[in-house]
Order: sequence, then C-alpha cells, then structure tokens
Amino acid sequence: MPESPRRTAEPDSTADTVRLEGVGFGYADAPGVLRNIDLILPRGSFHFLTGPSGAGKSSLLKLLTLVERPTTGKLRLFGDDVTSLPRRSIPAVRRRLGVVFQDFRLLDHLSAFDNVALPLRLAGLKRADYAGNVTEMLDWVGLGDRMAEVPPSLSGGEKQRLAIARAVISRPDLILADEPTGSIDADMGERLLRLFQSLNQLGTTVLIASHDEALAARSGARILRLEGGRLAGSRR
Amino acid sequence: MIARLARGLGPRLTGRSPGLLPRDSAGEPWLAALIAILCFLACLAAVGAASADRAAHGWAGQLRAEATVQVRPRVGETGAGAAARAAETLAGVEGVAEAEAMDRATAEALLRPWIGDAVLPDLPLPHLVTVRLDPVTPASAVTLSRALAEAGLDASVDDHSLWRGEVERAAMIITLLAGAAFLLTALAAGAAIAYATRAAMAAQRPVIETLSLNGATDGTIARLYQARFGLLAAGAGAAGAIAAALLVAGLRGLGGSDGFSPALPLAWSDLWLLSPCPLLAATVAVVAARITTLASLQRRR
Repeated sequence: MPESPRRTAEPDSTADTVRLEGVGFGYADAPGVLRNIDLILPRGSFHFLTGPSGAGKSSLLKLLTLVERPTTGKLRLFGDDVTSLPRRSIPAVRRRLGVVFQDFRLLDHLSAFDNVALPLRLAGLKRADYAGNVTEMLDWVGLGDRMAEVPPSLSGGEKQRLAIARAVISRPDLILADEPTGSIDADMGERLLRLFQSLNQLGTTVLIASHDEALAARSGARILRLEGGRLAGSRR
Repeated sequence: MIARLARGLGPRLTGRSPGLLPRDSAGEPWLAALIAILCFLACLAAVGAASADRAAHGWAGQLRAEATVQVRPRVGETGAGAAARAAETLAGVEGVAEAEAMDRATAEALLRPWIGDAVLPDLPLPHLVTVRLDPVTPASAVTLSRALAEAGLDASVDDHSLWRGEVERAAMIITLLAGAAFLLTALAAGAAIAYATRAAMAAQRPVIETLSLNGATDGTIARLYQARFGLLAAGAGAAGAIAAALLVAGLRGLGGSDGFSPALPLAWSDLWLLSPCPLLAATVAVVAARITTLASLQRRR
C-alpha cells in the first residue's frame, strides 16, 4: 500500500465513525426505503453490508455520503451530528470519506492520473506534492502503464480499479464502497480486498456494500444484512 | 491515440493540471461569437457617444466664446455709427477679447445664400456687433448689457445661451442613449453567459456531482465556471474590440481632418476607449457565471 498525503484533520479517536439512531429514509413515491436503522461502525472497524437488490444498501451509502438526508432519526459521522448539516459544511465531511461508486463516477475527460489525483487536487494540494503518490497508487492497482489513458478507453475492471485508487488515495477516515468487485475478476477482487484490509489495519473504517457473500465471508469482516429496508442481522 | 496520450501526458510533462470541467465544443464557439458581436456593438456605442459628445462640446464651446449685440441707433445717429460706438465700448469691457461692428457688406454676405441678391439691397438689416469673449474669464451678457446702457446705447445682447443649451441637451441625450445601449449590451452578455452556464451545468451534472462527492465546495465549482466563461468572454471581448478598433481606425483614416464628419469627429484617442472591453466582458461573465452557479447548486439541495 503506497503512502499518501493525508488531507484531513485527525479524527476524534473517542468517537464512533458512523452512528445511526432510528434512521429512516424514503422518497415521495417510495417511502420506507430504510426503516428504523440503528447502526454503529466503531473507528477502525471493517464491515460488509449485504442483502438482496432493493434492500436499501445503496440508499444507506447515499445517506453516509450526505447525498441524501434521513427522513427520521439521527445520523452522526466522526462524532458530529450531520442529520441536517448545512450545505456549506458538507465538503469538509466528504473530504474524510473515500467512496467507490457502483457506476465508478470517473471523469471521462481526465486521464487516469488526474482522476486519481482529483480528491487531492480539490483539497488544495499542488501537483508536485501528489504526483509521486498518484503514480505509485496507479502502479499498485495495476494501471501504472495506463495513467495517460482516459476512462472511456479502459475496461470495466480497469475503471473499477481506478475508482478504488481515487477513493483511497487521500487515506480517508471512512471508506464506503458500493459493489467494488462487481466488474473485476476474482484475483483482482482478492487483491482489492487485501487493499481495503491494509487500509483498515492503518485505522481506516471500511464499509463495503456487496452482493458477494463469499467474498464477505472470506474477508473475516463483520457482515451486516439489510432486508426490506431493515437491518436484519449482524454476524462475523 | 496520440491525442489521448498528449491530453494525458501534456499536463504531466508541463506540470500543469488539466481543467476539471469538460469542454463544450458544440456550444462555446457560438457563445464566443455572440459575446464578440455584443462587444463590437458596445464598442461602437462607446466611440459614437464619445465622438458625439466631442462634437457637441465643440459647438457649445464656439457658441460660448462669442456673443452678438444688436444696436438700435438713436435719433440723429446712423446705424453704422451706433454699432461702431458699441464695439468701442464693448472692447473695453473686462472679459471681452475683441468686439467688431459688422458692416453691411459682411451682413449681406451672410444672408445672400438664404435670401439671394434680388431683395438684399432694399432689405433693412440689423446693426450688429460681434463680440469674441475671453476664453478663460468670459464677460456675461449682463455685464455687456450694463456697459452698453452706461454708454447710452440702446442694444440687446445675445450670448447664444439658448442654442448652447439645445446643443448641450442633445449631447447629453446622445450620451445617455449610448450609456443605455452599453448597459443593455452588458445585460444581454450577462444573460447569455447565465444561460450558457445553466446549460453547461445541466449537461455536466454528473461531473459536478463527482466533484462535489470528492470534496469540492460550491465556491470551488463556481470558480471553475467563472474561469471557463471569464476567459471565454475576455477572448471574445478582445475580438469584438479589435474588430471595432479596425472599423473606427478605418473611418478615422478615411475621414480626414474632420475625423469622419463634423457631427461625428472620430479621434485616434477613441481607440483607447476600446481597451477595457475584454476586462469588462470578463467581469460581466465572471459575475454572471458565479451567481448562476451558486444559485443552481443551492436549488439542487
């Protein structure tokens, strides 16, 4: 795992990274997507979030990335109540997150190098300060020889690795990944799992939403199961 | 492939970071052309206003520098004699540079183009004195009237204030109209930029969301659009100003000593008026893009 410049303040070591208290969420035409969720992710923990399609996994990740707000209950991130955080305060919280989206959300007009560098650049770092780390990260995910390519010229697996490299480049306090191994082969899936594990060992809290029950079982992480918008269980 | 490599490697080799917003190759040339045309029109309005103002001030200055006195001879005195006495009196008044009685031949020469030769010899003409006033401390009409009265002359003084007021009012109206044209042009440019910003934001919504999810503030995103449209407007403004400068220079060059025409006396110095155009266009664009971006981002949540 390459060293990366940290771009955030040190987290409050006494606080849980994520705490949901009676959280509910829904849309006008689809109420009850999430119902009365109580969940704590302690700092430095590693969880898989599993469940069938439509169980609410992606919606839960949207709440945690502050894309959506809970309709009921309370959401705390890094010890702070962010349930109704003002818009201007959201970027500071997001800079402590590393998010791997199911649809990658890469910027097609930027090279692989510049996609990975994006969080560091938005945090105000100079190119000279991050160029080495970005190159090393791209080497590590096996894209060292493709760093000048733009995403449309990469395969699905390469895009996924690129998205993961972008999510972890800034050593975030919390990594949220939505089906991060969905487009890659088993070997690369295992390799990425080891990447998440090594980040977790460095103190990063990790939550991976995945259909892949086998991968979740092999990870040794605690597995949370969502069904019908409710947290149905937790096991290791 | 070469283009892709150049796009990726270029900034790396030069140490520059590429723009975070994708280019809108379809819409931006049209927007640039529109802003260039608006700037061209604004530049012409500014030069036209300056030129008309210069003409009006020139005419008003000429009117202000002169006065005309009509003398009515007393019984037993000839008109020419009264006019000569009035000229002598006025020449000694402070604020008068020169006073000269207009002889009949000069008066007839002035009227001949309008009346013709047929009736002119029989026409009773007023006895006039033309007074050239000191340009620094001109004597007022009241001063001139008082001096004439003290000299026992029956005369009326016309300091051209009626005509001067008309000319000055016309100049002010032209200046106001040009200012209004300039403001409307700036508003049109601002509206075009705002529309283009909204269109770009709609087309680039996924990009904006990705930037936002990676920690970009609203201010950061607004600055990206400000830079995008500010630079575009500066370039378009420069193009419009250069086109206007070429036209003005051509008219000035062809216009000879009048500048173009007595009513529109263009001057080479008018070209300086066009120099702030790129900066003004960029300022309008930056303000419009910032307001539009921040408002759009606020509405999204």
